[in-house]
Amino acid sequence: MRTLIARSLFSKPLTVPAPTADEASCRDVAAALNHRARQRLGRSLAIRAIDAGSCNGCELEMHALNNAFYDLERFGLRFVASPRHADVLMVTGPVTWNMREAVERTFAATPAPKWVVAVGECACTGGIFAGSYACVGAVEAVLPVDLRIPGCPPTPTAMLQGLLALLAPTKPVATG
Amino acid sequence: MTHASNEIAGIPGVYGTPVDNHAPCTRHRVDHMGWITVCDVLEQGRADLMGLWADASEVHMALFVQSERIAVVSISVEGGEYPSVSRRHLPSLRLERAIADLFGHKPVGMPDPRPWLDHGRWPGKRRSTKPAQPYVFLPTKGEGVHQIPVGPVHAGIIEPGHFRFTANGETIVRLEERLGYTHKGVESLMEGADLDRGARICGRVCGDSTVAYAIAYARAAEAALGLEVPERAHALRGVMAELERIANHIGDIGAICNDAAFVLMLAHCGALRERTLRAADAAFGHRLMMDRVMPGGVRADLTPRGEDAIAELLIRFDAELPRLMELYDDTASIKERTSTTGILSADLARRFAAGGVVGRASGRDFDARRDLAYPPYDRLDFTVPQINSGDVNARVWLRFEELWQSISLIRQIVADLPPGPIACGIPTQIGEIREGCGVAEGFRGDVFVWLRLDTDTRILRCHPRDPSWFQWPLLEAAIEDNIVADFPICNKSFNCSYSGPDL
Repeated sequence: MRTLIARSLFSKPLTVPAPTADEASCRDVAAALNHRARQRLGRSLAIRAIDAGSCNGCELEMHALNNAFYDLERFGLRFVASPRHADVLMVTGPVTWNMREAVERTFAATPAPKWVVAVGECACTGGIFAGSYACVGAVEAVLPVDLRIPGCPPTPTAMLQGLLALLAPTKPVATG
Repeated sequence: MTHASNEIAGIPGVYGTPVDNHAPCTRHRVDHMGWITVCDVLEQGRADLMGLWADASEVHMALFVQSERIAVVSISVEGGEYPSVSRRHLPSLRLERAIADLFGHKPVGMPDPRPWLDHGRWPGKRRSTKPAQPYVFLPTKGEGVHQIPVGPVHAGIIEPGHFRFTANGETIVRLEERLGYTHKGVESLMEGADLDRGARICGRVCGDSTVAYAIAYARAAEAALGLEVPERAHALRGVMAELERIANHIGDIGAICNDAAFVLMLAHCGALRERTLRAADAAFGHRLMMDRVMPGGVRADLTPRGEDAIAELLIRFDAELPRLMELYDDTASIKERTSTTGILSADLARRFAAGGVVGRASGRDFDARRDLAYPPYDRLDFTVPQINSGDVNARVWLRFEELWQSISLIRQIVADLPPGPIACGIPTQIGEIREGCGVAEGFRGDVFVWLRLDTDTRILRCHPRDPSWFQWPLLEAAIEDNIVADFPICNKSFNCSYSGPDL
């Protein structure tokens, strides 16, 4: 184990440079988010993943965000084990009827201010499973969605670009 | 056309009437007695259950029988009923409960009539749905026992399912799984779809095994249509399937160790998994290789750039894998957690015909790549590693061993890549109804797909059977008498699919 750790200490890090936040996502997020909420949360967001009937493809790529190449935590973003600790819900899948209540209850258990990110084609539109008797469809049919990251599945880079939009500085928005 | 009843190949003593246009094996229709005899053959261990599914009027069963072949038998549903298979052979229980939920056929004598996929929540667009009733878990009695409900939303980034633990202090005395949360109605979505859309749906039944599903589906379609797939396509499918196996096995090794707080292993395995996905992307244009395999061949040819990416990846594995094996083997704290934990007995693995690492780590010597030898594996040199101890350690170590086999397989294929086209043409009119089945060895085990096509090759019925159907129930057995804190490593060492069997 010692040689392995020593080798890691003296080799170059694998981590890729940070991608820039996706512009379209920035616009969506700026429209959706209240400046005060952002100030309160700062640049550190706790993310809770909810699989609402995904094929597991999106989960695999979400996992990849934690590997040495993407190293999500360097941005102040981290996955947490409970919705009660979360600021952001990343929801995947075409929201099956069998998962609908669990999704709603997870959302209810998340303290405000909170943001919902629909991850993947199914979560954005229902994807290939749209129209099934067993699926509600896009996440927005069940929860208010603040950000959409399409793709089947979205690459870790695409997810990172979307999530960085949540952290991008915005101008104060007049609230009425 | 009517046929005389004849003996079913591979199941001596069982007679049935051959059904036209089923490939690569003959499908036989059996009567009540024949069906019961087949159930007994399963329970006596003279054949392995490969699948159990239904359509509107029949219930079908696929078996892996003597002389290494598949047999398919069917029974007509009379008055909404058929004789229960699980009454005689318990491993079919959840499949039978799913059939009851999706088609309403009543298995007479079924030992557990509770619904499985139907949680009483479907709005009833086409399937009948039962009113939502509280699901009754199996009772547990005894002094000091308490229940721990977990899920469907879990702590990690994993799929949803409910686990009901009954524990006495730290020790688990019973685990009962309740799944079906990700039921998407994939079989119903495939009805009426053309072959191409069917392939895209089938490739998303279980995203981590998309290549294996796509190959099994393609093989079923090719059998039904009698297609000759070009050699190059077979070879490229092999490369994709082994890349998928490498990515999942290395990811699983890291994840199992991480569940015992051995994060160093996850860090290294995670990086190797990422490199594997990047090589797959460079070679075939998609990190998980979705939609690359289709009936008739493959959609993406291997470019010189992709070939280089794969060669580079394998060289890296050559260098890093021995270090990781050493790291695992020499670290007493992780071995202490994995050894003798979550033991699955050889007898249960055999009875349930558990595929993949779960079966082979408990002495079940089965691998579809060898035992149902399909191209390109029929001309390649490889061994099927096997361990008998059946604990978490065995399932970790077997994954390491299988990685070496996959690396060697890819090298063999790429070194001798046949030239020529990567797909053959597919007819759109066949003038008759045809059926076919196909199997592919995914990283979890054998994926089985059965397909019925109408006269213009639209899908009338498609049933994909995930290997996890026969592994999930074994987790309930393996976890018994282990402590609650060891559940994550036991569960991860099985790594069963939720989406696959939830359909």
